[in-house]
Amino acid sequence: MSDFLLEAVHITKKFGDFAANDDVTLRLRPGEIHALLGENGAGKSTLVKMMYGALQPSEGELRWRGEAARIANPAAARALGIGMVFQHFSLFEALSVAENIALALPGDTDMKGLSARIERVSREYGLPLEPGALVADLSVGQRQRIEIVRCLLQEPSLLIMDEPTAVLTPQEADQLFVTLRRLASEGCAILYISHRLEEVKALCHEATVLRLGRVVAHVDPKQETAASLARHMVGIDVAAVSTRTAPAPGEAILKLDRVSLPADGPFGTALRDVSLEISGGEVVAIAGVAGNGQSELFDAVSGERLEGLTGMISIAGHACAVRGIKARRALGAAFVPEERLGHGAVPDFPLSQNVILTRFAVDDGMVRRGLVNLGLAGDVAGRVSGAFDVRTSRNDPEARSLSGGNLQKFVIGRELDRKPRLLVVNQPTWGVDAGAAAVIRQALIDLARDGSAVLVISQDLDEIFAIADRIAVISRGQLSAATPTAKIDREAIGLMMAGAHEVDDGGRAAS
Amino acid sequence: MTGLEAVILTIITASTPLLLAAIGELVVERSGVLNLGVEGMMVVGAVCGFATAYTTGSPYLGVLAGILAGMAMSLLFGFLTQTLATNQVASGLALTLLGLGLSGLIGESFTGLPGVKLQPIDIPVLSEIPFLGPILFGQDILVYISVALVFVVSHVMARTRTGLVIRAVGDNHHSAHALGYNVIAVRYGCILFGGACAGLSGAYLSLAYTPQWIENMTSGRGWIALALVVFATWIARRVLIGAYLFGTVWIMGLYAQALGIGIPSQVLSSFPYLITILVLVLISRNRTLTKINTPACIGQTFVPDR
Amino acid sequence: MRLVLERRAERSRLMGWLSPVVAVALTLATGAVIFSLMGLDPARALYVYFLEPVLWWWSLEELVVKAAPLVMIGVGLAVCFRANVWNIGAEGQLTMGALFGSALPILWHEFQSFPVMVLMLLMGALGGALYAAIPAFLRTRFGTNEILTSLMLVYVAQLIADWFIRGPWRDPQGFNFPKSVQFEGWQLLPTLGDGRMHLGAGLALVAVVVLYVVMSRTLKGFEVRVVGTAPRAGTFAGFSSKRMVWFCLLLSGGLAGLAGICEVAGPSGHLQPAISPGYGFTAIIVAFLGRLNPVGVLVAGVMLGISYLGGEAAQIDLGISDKTAQVFQGILLFFILACDTLILYRIRLLRPQTA
Repeated sequence: MSDFLLEAVHITKKFGDFAANDDVTLRLRPGEIHALLGENGAGKSTLVKMMYGALQPSEGELRWRGEAARIANPAAARALGIGMVFQHFSLFEALSVAENIALALPGDTDMKGLSARIERVSREYGLPLEPGALVADLSVGQRQRIEIVRCLLQEPSLLIMDEPTAVLTPQEADQLFVTLRRLASEGCAILYISHRLEEVKALCHEATVLRLGRVVAHVDPKQETAASLARHMVGIDVAAVSTRTAPAPGEAILKLDRVSLPADGPFGTALRDVSLEISGGEVVAIAGVAGNGQSELFDAVSGERLEGLTGMISIAGHACAVRGIKARRALGAAFVPEERLGHGAVPDFPLSQNVILTRFAVDDGMVRRGLVNLGLAGDVAGRVSGAFDVRTSRNDPEARSLSGGNLQKFVIGRELDRKPRLLVVNQPTWGVDAGAAAVIRQALIDLARDGSAVLVISQDLDEIFAIADRIAVISRGQLSAATPTAKIDREAIGLMMAGAHEVDDGGRAAS
Repeated sequence: MTGLEAVILTIITASTPLLLAAIGELVVERSGVLNLGVEGMMVVGAVCGFATAYTTGSPYLGVLAGILAGMAMSLLFGFLTQTLATNQVASGLALTLLGLGLSGLIGESFTGLPGVKLQPIDIPVLSEIPFLGPILFGQDILVYISVALVFVVSHVMARTRTGLVIRAVGDNHHSAHALGYNVIAVRYGCILFGGACAGLSGAYLSLAYTPQWIENMTSGRGWIALALVVFATWIARRVLIGAYLFGTVWIMGLYAQALGIGIPSQVLSSFPYLITILVLVLISRNRTLTKINTPACIGQTFVPDR
Repeated sequence: MRLVLERRAERSRLMGWLSPVVAVALTLATGAVIFSLMGLDPARALYVYFLEPVLWWWSLEELVVKAAPLVMIGVGLAVCFRANVWNIGAEGQLTMGALFGSALPILWHEFQSFPVMVLMLLMGALGGALYAAIPAFLRTRFGTNEILTSLMLVYVAQLIADWFIRGPWRDPQGFNFPKSVQFEGWQLLPTLGDGRMHLGAGLALVAVVVLYVVMSRTLKGFEVRVVGTAPRAGTFAGFSSKRMVWFCLLLSGGLAGLAGICEVAGPSGHLQPAISPGYGFTAIIVAFLGRLNPVGVLVAGVMLGISYLGGEAAQIDLGISDKTAQVFQGILLFFILACDTLILYRIRLLRPQTA
């Protein structure tokens, strides 16, 4: 009998010629909380998918309690006692909580008995859940509870958690840590994937760091600093963004006054009476848990969706609540949506044609008498790629062949190239590697310091504190007042993200 | 036999093929697949059913042949859309075009031949009850099967593991894949079931409704079945209501024509199509009703990572 | 052994060109198998089917007559499908175009001068476009799926035409046959010499050239491609998806209507219940075989025209049903769709792993 619960020994996983994992070895003991660190694309997800049976290794073997094991599929993994909580939840919105959980349990399930078990387990671990509720109606935090309870019901000996706190408020995250520590004390091993190094230091007993598919370090996170962990992950020191001091704010460039917009689809959140002013020279960030009206706010400001919009919006002094995104661009505004592929860029189009997408109505000569000037578009694409170090395998490739970080640099660079007076960005560095994230954050700050207004919608509090001059919080479709960054801390923002600001909002929203 | 009784009996025969095809397509769509080839599978089922029954003299072998033919057609669709991840709309259209051509070719030598009729199964005693007897207990086997299918599908979808998995796959194929379900296999199964139902529906047309082979005899019923699924907002029991509603409209048109009430026959013949459009408009106007029940993945191709 | 797909990093240009060629080759191979199963010499059958139609001048003329409506409808549908607007009711729009365009020569038979032809063509296009406006309106106003509505309207259009031809528009001197009066003089499209090739072919060519320029060089074409492949990116760019639905349906409906009146005022010269042998449906295959590209549609229209002629020739020479043509068309569409997979994916055979 081995001391180890699960061992991954010399694992290699190839996709075509590309090795996502290259000779990776990792060992987990019962009761241990083990961090798996690495940048986007370092191979963390590939490794845990093999442990959960969703992918098969090309070389090397997995051992369970000392014996070689072939984990053919997730059901086999669950039968061994391996549970996994996915970063992008594996939930079904149109099904109830109990049905979602039943799908992960073997064989036919007695739904009534299951509901009782769900209630018992969720109470025991402080993860309250209503078995009959439809997932579509639940918040992100509640959804994660379903994923965790789903694992707990199988009494796992190993729980894999992929970026569990990325979508939680700080308080929700603390609550999660209590649950995880309790599970570990009961002998359950936890493999914990995260970007948040402070969190890893506080929670984990051991850490394995991956870079470009290889293990670069096994460390004790308690002995490391966040900076030293980051150095292991990235390989070099990541430049901190330089903010310089903000110039005296100029006149307001974006004004929102009591803007409301119906929800985007049956499962969205309506925007309610949002007011905000942003002046030239400053970066204002909007914090919030996903699904609290961020995409609706983006739609309202960009003019992408006008149906049902009420309230006043003005850009550079021009009222434009009833004008669409083209007109707003013409006023000097530029927009970068959350989803790069399929929203910010057309996946099948080369970069040059993706330039036309947002610039046909604003650039001189891009379109003449209805004819598109492909040559000019190609020049712009080249200029953007050069200025923002967009790395491509060949000249003018299709958007979807670019990595997340490179495409994000292109999509933001395409707008910055216009020197917009107002830039609105939703999740500027979501799923982007640290190097590209630093470039993007610096570019946003530089744009503001040159006199433009920048609005950033982000779930990443580290990012917000690094770049914002003022911070507002969105919760259930309502926006708090924007507070200067120096006058607010994470705890306060966390409470507001959970919806606490509605109470002291002048009484207007409380009714 | 009273006049009303005769009308109701014809309504049942007109509704049954719609019901059979629609209940199959409902399962297909619940799993997240849009098969626009119902018309094609149906018409091939009709011709194969007729040909087999004519050659062997057994209408039941004809029914079996219809089912198998529908399944064979749907397998083609499954191979394209599931294994080769082609566009489902285009593939469904291809299936319909191929089916119409194929049935014409197979049926050429059977046109105008006397058919073999699927006989009603009179349930002893019960079928002798006046009025209700022949309507409820004097039908052929496919009528009973069609109604039973509604309740079976309804039960399976709502209450069993199989139904839960089908709904899960149709709601979010990525999640289902992550949990270890074989999305493509589940969809293949549903597509085959849909093909069997469509083939059965076609066989009903050529063996019971009008026991002979006429080219393009499905005359748009496959498309109406597709509309019925939307009308039923993907809920099995509502398909039963919808199918009988359409069957009634269809028969009313024929009766009005027979009575010669001065309306051009073309106007009456266009009723089922116009009513279909009207119903689709009424249903789609209510966005919340349709959106909540629409399988979220419908029509999207799924290719798992490897 | 299992087939699995591996996504390519970018679309394969080579496969974009190769896939229709492979699809045609596979269809011919399947055809050979089918012919030998029917007890025919496959080489001779394929020769009769696919080569004879292009060997004689008169059959080439006939080919152009068949290909012209397919191309004209096909280019419109190609734009539609590119934009993800699924107009499958072109056959109905063709019928309505034929009806609208025939109104003048039937109701005002004495109208004999150049303008009547122009008006007939315009009315035909208008009829098709108006009929396509119904699904466009229902889709944009109520969100009703255009696939089902446009298709249902095909049946309705055919019944309307049937009523006109058997009723008010029947030729009083026509011995009770369901057909209209014979068009004459300016009411007939000019032909090349004494042959059957008529102005419709020229119009189809114009449509190909215009739409090729629109799709590849103009902002409108760009808009069509964006909205079709990435609808959210389309809204982000500021393109209206509703206006796109209108644009596509009116364009394709108008072209189908034009094809309809050209059929009536060209080869047949009068209205009759069977206006087209399913050109509106075959044009769907033409659009896909042409890779939704106007120039490709031109080539594809000629190929499908050959299959129509081959079907007729095979019936006479080989004594097999002309229905085989429709079967070949269906098989061809399947192979095109299957081959198109290779543009986006690589196909691999997986052997079952021994556990």
